[in-house]
Amino acid sequence: MDILIDKGVCIGAGQCALTAPDVFTQDDDGFSELVPGREDGAGSPLVREAARACPVSAIKVAP
Amino acid sequence: MTEAVAFPQDRTCPYHPPAAYAPLREARPLTRATLYDGRSVWVVTGHAAARRLLSDQRLSTDSTNAAFPIPTERFAAVRSRRRAALLGVDDPEHNAQRRMLIPGFTLKRTADLRPRIRRTVDELLDAMVEQGPPAELVSAFALPVPSIVICDLLGVPYADHEFFEEQSRRLLRGPSAQDTEEARLRLEGYLGDLIEHKRDKPGEGVLDDLVEQQLARGRLDKQELIELATILLVAGHETTANMISLGTYTLLRHPERLAELKADPELMPAAVEELLRFLSIADGMLRVATEDIEIEGVTIRADEGVVFSTSVINRDTSAYAEPDTLDWHRSARHHLAFGFGIHQCLGQNLARAEMEIALRGLFERLPGLRLAAPAEEIPFKPGDTIQGMLELPVTW
Repeated sequence: MDILIDKGVCIGAGQCALTAPDVFTQDDDGFSELVPGREDGAGSPLVREAARACPVSAIKVAP
Repeated sequence: MTEAVAFPQDRTCPYHPPAAYAPLREARPLTRATLYDGRSVWVVTGHAAARRLLSDQRLSTDSTNAAFPIPTERFAAVRSRRRAALLGVDDPEHNAQRRMLIPGFTLKRTADLRPRIRRTVDELLDAMVEQGPPAELVSAFALPVPSIVICDLLGVPYADHEFFEEQSRRLLRGPSAQDTEEARLRLEGYLGDLIEHKRDKPGEGVLDDLVEQQLARGRLDKQELIELATILLVAGHETTANMISLGTYTLLRHPERLAELKADPELMPAAVEELLRFLSIADGMLRVATEDIEIEGVTIRADEGVVFSTSVINRDTSAYAEPDTLDWHRSARHHLAFGFGIHQCLGQNLARAEMEIALRGLFERLPGLRLAAPAEEIPFKPGDTIQGMLELPVTW
């Protein structure tokens, strides 16, 4: 699974990290980033939920 | 299309959408309503349409736009003079302000505050127990919890709480336009003095960080910082206080749901999410269209007002089965109680933590908590402001 985060769009709401904390976290500035070693989503069923929870659609998931 | 409903209206029961909004619930995803000044606006009532429109930057939050919808007389009197920081500005200005604040409200920073929140909750409950029943829960607990926590986070002295709580109340509820305007000026004067003090003697709060990293480096001017501080302070305590008071009332009115929660405190995060959806206390987010927008076969014309009724949106049957039922086991995720799009609540993770810890602490410490007056007689806030209890007499 490819997960792309647009940090230019991210508003640091933290909803991805709240929804799928195994895959998403926040960097020191509060922007979304992937947990090291989990860049492919680690098979988490919550990745798509996390993308949907993003208020500004900053997360794209493919396929 | 149904006949236009007046908006906003008072709730009949404090935890349900106003009975008078019934036609709005039948007219999804959007319909017309009439504001107090007779102006007709769009009301968004459907969950999917609301997500799309709240993300659409052709809808502006700039209240100084002459076409901006005005929900109350007191808002009319003040809205053209100055825009609220964050909530009242569009991108790119909004983005610049928001980015300065994100580090103060991350999940990590919120998690770090949990022990402080727990201590605050415990101390307030200690005081209630010492005093003995009955108690008025808004002033003894629901308001001081978020008020103490936001003071700590921002670096505002809690000793001044009576002043800023009173001004916040006048700012949000008037009753007169003069109250609202005067309260804002007083709050701004107070925060301006506080910022000057922080220039000389920096502390450790979010406001201290903003003074040091933004104001001192010329990235923010003092007036803008004062406006940001005002919204952080007001939004940081009033909203959560309402969720705690109304959440408690709602739990006491749903004894089976409360029993379930007492039996399994691990349900609390899901319960908070469901209460956020169910109560939708910020009911009536406002926008104005800056261009024509096509949605669901309807055209919102440029300069038309758009109102988002979150109490109706969060009970859309196409998003939630049996939406009028409180259910800790549903997925209440994706509710729009905190809004959506670029203006989604900055403090939402802090609010969640406060609600979880406050409600859990309250019912663990006072398992026999009950209303100390007939439920129907307990006063709650009118429909033209953030929803919540005006008073909550309890005993145990």
